[in-house]
Amino acid sequence: MGPLIPDIISGEFNFMIALIVGIGFGFALEQGGFASTKKLVGLFYGYDFTVLRVFFTAGITAMVGVIVLNHLNMLDVSIIYINPTFLWSALVGGAIMGVGFIIGGFCPGTSACAAATGRVDGWAFLLGGIIGIFAFGEGFPLWKDLYLAENWGPVLMNEQFGLSREAFGIIMIMVAAGAFVMTQIIENKVNGKETRWFKPVIIKNAIIVATPVLLVIMVMITPNRTEVMNSRIDAKIAAGECNPEMMDADKLAYELMNQYYKYNVIDVRSPEEFAAFHIPTAINIPLEDMSEHANLDIVLQNIKTNVFYGANIYQSQRACMVSKYFGKSDNFALKLTANEFNKQYFQLGQINFEGSKSEVDLLKFRKEAGEKLTEIGESVANLDKPVEKKETRVKGGCS
Amino acid sequence: MSEKPKKYMNPYLAGFFLGFVLLATIYVTGRGLGASGAFKSVMIQAVNTVAPEHAASTAYYADYNASNPEGPMRSWLVFEILGVFIGAFLSAVAANRVSLKLEKGPGVRNSTRIIAAIIGGALFGFGSQLGRGCTSGSALSGMAVMSFGGIITMLAIFGMAYMTAYFFRGLWIKKQ
Repeated sequence: MGPLIPDIISGEFNFMIALIVGIGFGFALEQGGFASTKKLVGLFYGYDFTVLRVFFTAGITAMVGVIVLNHLNMLDVSIIYINPTFLWSALVGGAIMGVGFIIGGFCPGTSACAAATGRVDGWAFLLGGIIGIFAFGEGFPLWKDLYLAENWGPVLMNEQFGLSREAFGIIMIMVAAGAFVMTQIIENKVNGKETRWFKPVIIKNAIIVATPVLLVIMVMITPNRTEVMNSRIDAKIAAGECNPEMMDADKLAYELMNQYYKYNVIDVRSPEEFAAFHIPTAINIPLEDMSEHANLDIVLQNIKTNVFYGANIYQSQRACMVSKYFGKSDNFALKLTANEFNKQYFQLGQINFEGSKSEVDLLKFRKEAGEKLTEIGESVANLDKPVEKKETRVKGGCS
Repeated sequence: MSEKPKKYMNPYLAGFFLGFVLLATIYVTGRGLGASGAFKSVMIQAVNTVAPEHAASTAYYADYNASNPEGPMRSWLVFEILGVFIGAFLSAVAANRVSLKLEKGPGVRNSTRIIAAIIGGALFGFGSQLGRGCTSGSALSGMAVMSFGGIITMLAIFGMAYMTAYFFRGLWIKKQ
């Protein structure tokens, strides 16, 4: 499951990867003609749109790739780096870069390519770039306010338009395809060539455009892993195959009092409900989040027995099914709901000694269990918690 | 060079290849590509070496050095740009395109081109810091992950370049 860094590949190896990635990046840029300033600037005077074609094709390829990998649960888009939006600095900075582009004829990455292939103007641009960044650093207090104004955080384009990632992807593909056709016409006009449309070329290009569109549509219509799981579990429940082993509350209380460390008590309600009351030693994994990567690690450990409970019996049974679906066999669903458990052990009040002896014994046991469990809960609260995994976003960007 | 330079790769194929590199980068590292950040590392290293007191007393450098305790050159982007140099050189060697030369528009003097490149570079460097990324880090990588900031930066770069292209046409195309 991507991204592989930092969990799967260590940070030290990161630099090796940077070098390899850079070689691929430089190779692709040079092959695309980005090391030639005339080809780059051609885009703005209409005589050569190569750069736009390479750029948009690259962006679309990567974008569709991200959509597909996300759908296959191979890439966690919630933690990849999204450059944050600072509205004014993005617009003003972009405008300054635009002027720099037309005067200097490069952008930083392409000037590095040009420099590597022996272009003196590439080296000059590199030098200029460093001077510009130096000027920015020296005068930073002057534009600090502009730099930090209108911080919107890492917002996404599709969120801004209220669309799904996939729908926006299709729009982007269409925009790119339109741009490719338009720029071809403009380029031919500027260069005094006649624009002619040959049938085989049209068919070939239509297929090329249709491929990413179909990929995205496939993503939209096929269910992802969680949806497949839910529909299979629904089918099983409908077929009456939902009969996980149930655990009696008194049994659980007894076991927790004597060997709590053998049990993984999981509360599948919402965090708010969990905060209001939970069985001591229990951890909280809301039912709908259970199939998430980090949570599955806890559910599927093979040392402890899982005991699920929730706001109702269906929740805990379903949690058993999810756990079983992913391959854990040692699951129990608690016979009582969270509220019933709370009442039965923690809100007994004064014991009424008028019942039969076995009833009184049971009540005494429950009262004692409640007190002991609270005690255990308090003492293990800090010891036994799963290590909170920091879900930091990957750092990145150019700054 | 006795042989003629080879033609450039089909732009759509090159774009596909570039997109694939970008996708692999996102998959492995969780972040996109970049370029201007490496320039910044070089600049800060230079300031640290030449004027260490100035670097220590100015908040901008001090903050950067505090958040990069291993030194500015030990950064992901520096290694990546090192790779870009190698990759571009290899590609140009393979296609017979390595040559020491100055590329410029018709009728433009060498000195004019060099000065324009330095000024353009300076503007781009400045803008990339203000906009938190250049065409690679902000525009291209931003497009791949659909970052709103990245895409508006891209529109601003290309929009402004188109708007001002007319005034600088003397640098690039024959005067009519």
